[in-house]
Amino acid sequence: MPVGPAALLALEDGTVFRGRGFGATGEAFGEAVFNTAMSGYQEVLTDPSYAGQVVAMTSPHQGNYGTNRDDAESARVRVAGFAVREASRRTSSWRSERTLGEELADAGVVGIEGIDTRRLTLRLREAGSMRCGVSTEDLDPQSLVRRTRGTPGMEGADLARTVTVAEPYEAGSLVGPSARARVPAARVAAYDFGLKRNILRLLAAAGCEVTVFPAGTPATRILADGFDGVFLSNGPGDPAATTYGVAAATGLLGKVPVFGICLGHQLLGLALDGRTYKMKFGHRGANQPVRDLVTGRVEVTRG
Amino acid sequence: MPRRTDVHRILVIGSGPIVIGQACEFDYSGTQACTVLRREGYHVSLVNPNPATIMTDPEFADATYLEPLTPESMLAVIERERPDAILPTMGGQTGLNVAVELAESGELDRLGVRLIGASLEAIHRAEDRSGFHRSMVGAGLPVPRSGTARTVEEATRVAASIGYPVIVRPSFMLGGGGSGFATEPASLAELAARSLAASPATEVLVEESLAGWKEFELEVMRDGADNAVVICSIENVDPMGVHTGDSITVAPQQTLTDREYQDMRDAALACIRAIGVETGGSNIQFAVNPQDGRRVLIEMNPRVSRSSALASKATGFPIAKVAALLAVGYRLDEIANDITGKTPAAFEPTLDYVVVKVPRFAFEKFPETDPALTSTMKSVGEVMAIGRTFKEALGKAWRSLERSGYDLGPVAGGSAEPVLSSLAVPAERRLHLVEAALAAGHSVDEIAGASGIDPWFVDQIGQVVEETLALHGRALGSISDVELREAKRVGLSDARIASLTGSTELGVRRRRDELAVAPVFKTVDTCAGEFPAVTPYHYSTYEEEDEVRPASRPRVVILGAGPNRIGQGIEFDYACVHAAYALRDAGFEAVMVNSNPETVSTDYDTSDRLYFEPVSAEDVLAVCRTERPLGVIVQLGGQTPLKLAHVLDAEGFTVLGTRPEAIDLAEDRGKFAALCAELGIPAPPHGEARDLGEARAVAARIGYPVVVRPSYVLGGRAMEIVYGEDELERFVRTAAEASPDHPVLIDRFLEGAIEVDVDAVADGADVFVGAVMEHIEEAGVHSGDSSCAIPPPTLSDEELDEVERITAVLARRLQVLGLMNLQLAVKDERIWVLEANPRASRTVPFVSKVTGVPLAKAATMVLVGRTLAELTAEGLIPSDRAHYRRLPYTSVKAAVLPFGRFPGADTVLGPEMRSTGEVMGVDREPGTALAKALVASGAALPRNGTVFVSVSNRDKRAILFPAKRLADMGFRLLATKGTAGVLRRAGIDVTKVDKVSEGTPSVIDMIEEGRVDLVINTPFGRGPRTDGYHIRTAAWQAGIPCVTTLPGVLAAIRGIEALRDGPTEPRSLQEYHELARAPSPVQGVLDLRADAEVATT
Repeated sequence: MPVGPAALLALEDGTVFRGRGFGATGEAFGEAVFNTAMSGYQEVLTDPSYAGQVVAMTSPHQGNYGTNRDDAESARVRVAGFAVREASRRTSSWRSERTLGEELADAGVVGIEGIDTRRLTLRLREAGSMRCGVSTEDLDPQSLVRRTRGTPGMEGADLARTVTVAEPYEAGSLVGPSARARVPAARVAAYDFGLKRNILRLLAAAGCEVTVFPAGTPATRILADGFDGVFLSNGPGDPAATTYGVAAATGLLGKVPVFGICLGHQLLGLALDGRTYKMKFGHRGANQPVRDLVTGRVEVTRG
Repeated sequence: MPRRTDVHRILVIGSGPIVIGQACEFDYSGTQACTVLRREGYHVSLVNPNPATIMTDPEFADATYLEPLTPESMLAVIERERPDAILPTMGGQTGLNVAVELAESGELDRLGVRLIGASLEAIHRAEDRSGFHRSMVGAGLPVPRSGTARTVEEATRVAASIGYPVIVRPSFMLGGGGSGFATEPASLAELAARSLAASPATEVLVEESLAGWKEFELEVMRDGADNAVVICSIENVDPMGVHTGDSITVAPQQTLTDREYQDMRDAALACIRAIGVETGGSNIQFAVNPQDGRRVLIEMNPRVSRSSALASKATGFPIAKVAALLAVGYRLDEIANDITGKTPAAFEPTLDYVVVKVPRFAFEKFPETDPALTSTMKSVGEVMAIGRTFKEALGKAWRSLERSGYDLGPVAGGSAEPVLSSLAVPAERRLHLVEAALAAGHSVDEIAGASGIDPWFVDQIGQVVEETLALHGRALGSISDVELREAKRVGLSDARIASLTGSTELGVRRRRDELAVAPVFKTVDTCAGEFPAVTPYHYSTYEEEDEVRPASRPRVVILGAGPNRIGQGIEFDYACVHAAYALRDAGFEAVMVNSNPETVSTDYDTSDRLYFEPVSAEDVLAVCRTERPLGVIVQLGGQTPLKLAHVLDAEGFTVLGTRPEAIDLAEDRGKFAALCAELGIPAPPHGEARDLGEARAVAARIGYPVVVRPSYVLGGRAMEIVYGEDELERFVRTAAEASPDHPVLIDRFLEGAIEVDVDAVADGADVFVGAVMEHIEEAGVHSGDSSCAIPPPTLSDEELDEVERITAVLARRLQVLGLMNLQLAVKDERIWVLEANPRASRTVPFVSKVTGVPLAKAATMVLVGRTLAELTAEGLIPSDRAHYRRLPYTSVKAAVLPFGRFPGADTVLGPEMRSTGEVMGVDREPGTALAKALVASGAALPRNGTVFVSVSNRDKRAILFPAKRLADMGFRLLATKGTAGVLRRAGIDVTKVDKVSEGTPSVIDMIEEGRVDLVINTPFGRGPRTDGYHIRTAAWQAGIPCVTTLPGVLAAIRGIEALRDGPTEPRSLQEYHELARAPSPVQGVLDLRADAEVATT
């Protein structure tokens, strides 16, 4: 029984959803995407890859276990807006610190609940990713659709610059010391294009000592420090517009082992003269199987 | 990895009869396994003595054996079929146990048969408690802390190291005697002393108490290449302490953070690897401490389970089918997901809806027992509901249960009882108590604290309570479209909204129509909408977009039976499934509506369109409005859909089959008695009484003994046989209490009559009798609890002709279209009609299996306009109308009773049905058929030993002959004073033993000490204080067969004789049907009546 203010979500194709606002009041515009993970909304909210996007969760109940300081993937909420079937007014978890609504309100991010998120998902699946507007202020559907159409899209957007860190730092200060703190398995430089903290945790667990660098760091700076390897992180935006990232990858390739995840992986492709194009819609969730063609083993991954 | 080529012939083990804890979910899984293995080209043999299953229909396996699931009979089948491999993971715990026994005996090695799916070692690792504990600790997986102690001081030390509270249990003691909780050292010392004294080994197990912890289950699958995925997570609304089968459960889990869920997932995958389940599915259970998140692994089942059936229906991922494919060598990434057609089975399903399962109980059938929910499962069935929110799904689940007054939302007026203290003991009504507590103003935290139910679930129910309080007392006409939609979105039924607004269900439906508040249908697609679904598997919800696609062919809606319960179970699902198959074959789109996750009918493969919905008026009407069917079939799913005939008719939908008015005519006992009189068909004299005076007058008029029963109840509820005026008062009062506003019905009881059941199909002009079944127990035992045989052993051709004539006359008068079941009694050379039910019966699958004639299919074809003459011409039904009379083999159906689950329940068979399932035995030798049925039903008939006999005065003369036969076979006879005197006078050697009231050692002591192998006790009266009651309950607790009717005694003796003669070669159902088509002389007759006559002359 949503009790928040009336709210609208409009897609650029003219589809409009009526719901109730939660979190911050106001307006948000961005690219509408859906995520099929059944748990992990806090990780989604704070994942910098979602910068500039209005994320709809396909799983209907969100906020059940609240939010806490340990599960954030970055320093703050990154999504532009959040759309759910039902935001939990009551949280239940021994780790819960705040409700989902409080988390969004503090971050100034608009949420909408009570909408048919499955209808929204099928719309995006059929028509592809679309621009979207969420508002608790402009309740005129035609007006909100018109204003949504006036916003810039994701193509050509360089967003990594907006979510990266200002200064280099040691990952250990954030996620604790590496599993082999005395004699690290490797010293790794991580480019932060929108880095998720869990990646740092996993690198630490693998015994790596990681230093995180801002997205715009030139390759020469990394090479000068004599790292054993370089990691290019995930992040938001159009890889082709992330030109400094491509330049860094080009400068590093052949000189030091380099690996990337998500945007970082796409940047590597571009550096090797590949081309990127936008998929009709992204596969975001927690159930994607990937087969290792060498061993034949299948691992379930998160997209 | 391609499929295995080293295996060609596979034996699948079923789970046997429906019992509490093991229901038709194993028919669902076995049917899937058989189907997919045959499709892959394997030769499939199947053993399962449950005739009501789809899997045992002859077309699902190459060779189907309805033989008992004992190692001996399994071995006989294996010797004959010579499979390369056995798939032991489809038949529940029963199937797994018998496979283990066979493997351990070394016979499988001798015959070169291997187990596929789970190895003997893996099964042992999962099932043996200490081995399991070691494996889990070895894999680094936390399990509950525990330790053993031999002194009070040691116990105190162990408890201190574990941390309070703890459970203390005496070692090597079954049944929980001497165990208990301790919360601090003083109470522990006291408890440990008591517990040590109770333990034969002076040893106690001290274990950390998980009471109040949250319970979770994960369904995991692993393939031969060590790929493993989680198919579904399930969260129990009930805390630890309530058996998961009795718990209200939710999928997916709702209250774990992603990090905790992923850790649990990792632990589950580590567990399946540590146990070494090579391929297939496993169910892994966890407990989580809500205070600090500590997680322990409590159990794993290395097989398809009740939870995996639920997970399959909840996600759309067919676990059993995939498990069967994995067992023959495929990998998860090689198996396509049927629903998307695009993704492989290695995708973990993701849900964009909430699934709620609620168990269905039957405590009213066992009034002597404690209705508290414990770690022993007691529910007899379950419903599943799908909604977009927990609230919506819970509301649908409640109305699926068909318990009046149990719909979601507190009843107006509130409850006066102290709800918080009541909540401490989990019971069937617990969530309604939560509603009442919220309505009475208690806080979410108070209620969560009292009940152990997670506050998130309590708050969800709180939202429903707020909604009902907002509607209470409002006039329906004043409720706006926004308000009404919101009420529906929180899951309130039309009936509940009606009671809140002083309106009627019809009034609410009309108001919804006016305001255009209607549900839409969404699709279960395993992927939350990411990929298009090709399988139309739908659920209703109050949302914006409907996903039902237009159909290309005319639709027929089949209404299922809802939850299993005593009196309405798998037999009705069987008929519904056959209807779906028949309709598909005939070019219609079969549309199934049902709410039971255990069934084959709710497999998305069974029908063309599946609606997983409550079988209630509002939900069924919504489906019909969307589908616009040619017609609706209400006669196959038992009483549940039959009750909807009127409302469907009134709303303009065509009910296929017998008209609703004719259904009423048959169901109303007064009208039916008049009808019989009009047709000149004998029926027992009948009367109705509103008070004891009237009852005395009616009984005097029609003569004792009489059957007394309340109006408008099913399954023989509160029905009793009364022999004289002295007993009348008590039973009339009980009957009046069961249905207070209606008269008590009194019929003449035909004592000693032979009871007969008939299943027939009628097309309005012609009638086809599937078979006449003769009961073994005399009239007075509910037909669902009695055994019966085909061909009818003692009825003459003239009597059968008369039974068939009466069937035809009634079918024509009632204008029956489709199936009809008739119950009759034969006494004093006359045939009396007891009941006519114009619908499918429990015996339809048994008759079909025995005769090879698909009755439900024939009935379905009649419902869509075919005539019996046409079906005969096509060879679907035989032209020889006496086909069932001279089958060259005998088939016996026996009931399976759940008394073991209800300590204290009286085990005497009577007019109130209490069995949960049935088995059959088939053999050319009638006594062997009977013995097989009894063995399959779990009655461990002794081949020799000691028999205790105690019979009522009525039976004293008739017991002589059976007692003599037992004595002649070398059994030692024990009897109480009266019976012993009678036997001695007849020259039968017998030892007198004391009754309970006469001293020690009494017969009870002897039963408890295992010195008796068979108990014969025909009662002189029921009730918890009689000697007979104590004898019977002691026998059940000691696992000793106890026979409570005289024909049952004669049957048991024939069975014992057959067992002593040694086994006969088993034959498959397919071979029997071949025999039926080319009849050969009958080998003998199962004439227990002749035995009885010898006895009394």
